[in-house]
Amino acid sequence: MTEVIATNQTILVVGGGISGLTAALEAAETGKQVVLVEKRPYVGGRVTQLYKYFPKLCYPTCGLEINQRRAKMNPNLTILTMAEVTDIQGEAGNYTASVKISPRYVNDNCTGCGDCAKAVSAEFDDEYNYGLGKRKGAYLPHRMAHPQRYVIDPAILGTEDAEKAKTACKAGAVDLDMQEETVSFKAGAVVWATGWQPYDANKIQPYGYDRFQNVITNVEFERMADPNGPTGGKIVRPSDGEVAKNIAFIQCAGSRDKNHLLHCSRICCMATLKQTHYVQEALGDEGKSTIYYIDIRAIDRFEDFYQTVRENPNVSFIKSKVASITQNRENSNPVLNGVDTEGYHRYANEHDLVVLAVGMQPSVDKSSFPVDIVINEEGFIEPATENGGIFAAGCSSDALDVNRAVQQATGAALRAIQVVNRVAGTEG
Amino acid sequence: MSDLNTAMTERYRNSFLMEVEANVEEGEWVKMCMQCGVCAGSCPLGNAWEHTPQKLFMMIRAGKREAVLSSDAMWMCTSCYNCIARCPRGLPITHIMHGLAHYAKRLGLVPKNQPTQQFSQIFWDNLMKKGRVNELKLGLSMYFKDGFGQGIKNAMANKQLGQNMMKAKRMNAMEFFGGHGIKDTSGLQKMIKKAQEIEDAKYQGNS
Repeated sequence: MTEVIATNQTILVVGGGISGLTAALEAAETGKQVVLVEKRPYVGGRVTQLYKYFPKLCYPTCGLEINQRRAKMNPNLTILTMAEVTDIQGEAGNYTASVKISPRYVNDNCTGCGDCAKAVSAEFDDEYNYGLGKRKGAYLPHRMAHPQRYVIDPAILGTEDAEKAKTACKAGAVDLDMQEETVSFKAGAVVWATGWQPYDANKIQPYGYDRFQNVITNVEFERMADPNGPTGGKIVRPSDGEVAKNIAFIQCAGSRDKNHLLHCSRICCMATLKQTHYVQEALGDEGKSTIYYIDIRAIDRFEDFYQTVRENPNVSFIKSKVASITQNRENSNPVLNGVDTEGYHRYANEHDLVVLAVGMQPSVDKSSFPVDIVINEEGFIEPATENGGIFAAGCSSDALDVNRAVQQATGAALRAIQVVNRVAGTEG
Repeated sequence: MSDLNTAMTERYRNSFLMEVEANVEEGEWVKMCMQCGVCAGSCPLGNAWEHTPQKLFMMIRAGKREAVLSSDAMWMCTSCYNCIARCPRGLPITHIMHGLAHYAKRLGLVPKNQPTQQFSQIFWDNLMKKGRVNELKLGLSMYFKDGFGQGIKNAMANKQLGQNMMKAKRMNAMEFFGGHGIKDTSGLQKMIKKAQEIEDAKYQGNS
């Protein structure tokens, strides 16, 4: 049974992505008691799935390593993984949260040796790689996962694989009788950091993400560019595994659109500009990138990043929202159809691979928040006084890049600290 | 050029966009266009006409009054609604196109030999006579719109079709003499006349 010791002076952080992790660490390092609840088996969220950051083109693993070390060293921080908040009752300074913890079937004796993964054979779509690759039924979600503990997929329970994993484990960490449990505990303030998800590209009917293999999303492209990813860092066409040399990026795929997301997702322009660097890095002058855009929104100090990409002769820009994608049946090449705004030329351009720069959508649907909270038209949390001691951090409050999400999370942590300080003042 | 055209030109001398907003059905949406080009790319007939919706909206904002109103583009719209379905800003593009066509017709600026507008006029005149469309006469009017010789040629070319339609009782040769209609033709004509007056007053008020 999981025990959580918490009081009205504890801060509950919901979501352990870069925003939640930051808020939790900032608060815990001021001496506050913090409980971090994360749905995935590890912390770090979608940042762990990025190859590089813009604008410095440095690796997210670097910052993650620092944060994970801070988390390991801090006695004030309790991390619950594979856990979801199902209910929050009460008011600022006195909340009671209910948390459902799913069984991991691996206890904390796990040394991360990987013998269980070697012993099992069934394979499943790897959610960490957005289904581009496969993983075993006993797995470590990714190399740097924190906590460094394997997970057993409930799908192998009752099969030979489960027994094999249990027998293989020398540390006695595999516990196939683990049950789902619900714990409830107190909290004085809540930092809500449930983050974002990529917009479902299947909904953008004219782009044929569901019909054409060589149409992928920007988050998938990010996995593809990563040397630790499913293709070993090779940019290839899913249809035939050939190297993709002529790549199109479609901006605002699902953003700024009445039929999809109303808001500008803000990061997709920079993400695409960054990804043209991946193409350049992988293929040199052989790799050509073409960006189809309505307008490039390289916010504030990123303008010079945009200008650098503009100067690259291997990257071209076409000012046009692509109307539809069709497929050349002979070679499975996607064909982009539209009219460009600078000159009104009609085009039907064939590419090897199309990357849809899909937008950011809040992870939690408007209707399924376990607590009363003010949400705007786009589904993001408003900074409203009615929210009491619940403060949004990161992408649950707006479409943000990592830098801004972290800044905002620090702000949310401070607000939460003020609430528990008031509680401390009255309780003495 | 009609008097109405002169009056409108005078009144909106500096802003064709304002003229469109005030007088064209759904015209107030034109300023919402962000020139992404999805309508132009989605139009199945887009390569068959000179001005796509995207281009027309930009021309309106650039004050190209003459070019917009005498364009045949809005007459080529087949109302497939692809543009409306895909427009990220939710502009009722098809309706704006029809609105522009209607306004151009009002001002007498439609290209004379534009076949869609010729058909529309013939259809309207046909309908107004009896309150029902007389398909035989409508077909004949279309055949003979470019003169007697061309009419005979057109009729001969479609002879088989006509005969088949008569055999299947889809067309009646007796319709040529009078033809069927509604009970109160003059009542309908009065209604339409009143509607015309209301619309004329609106345009006069705007001019």
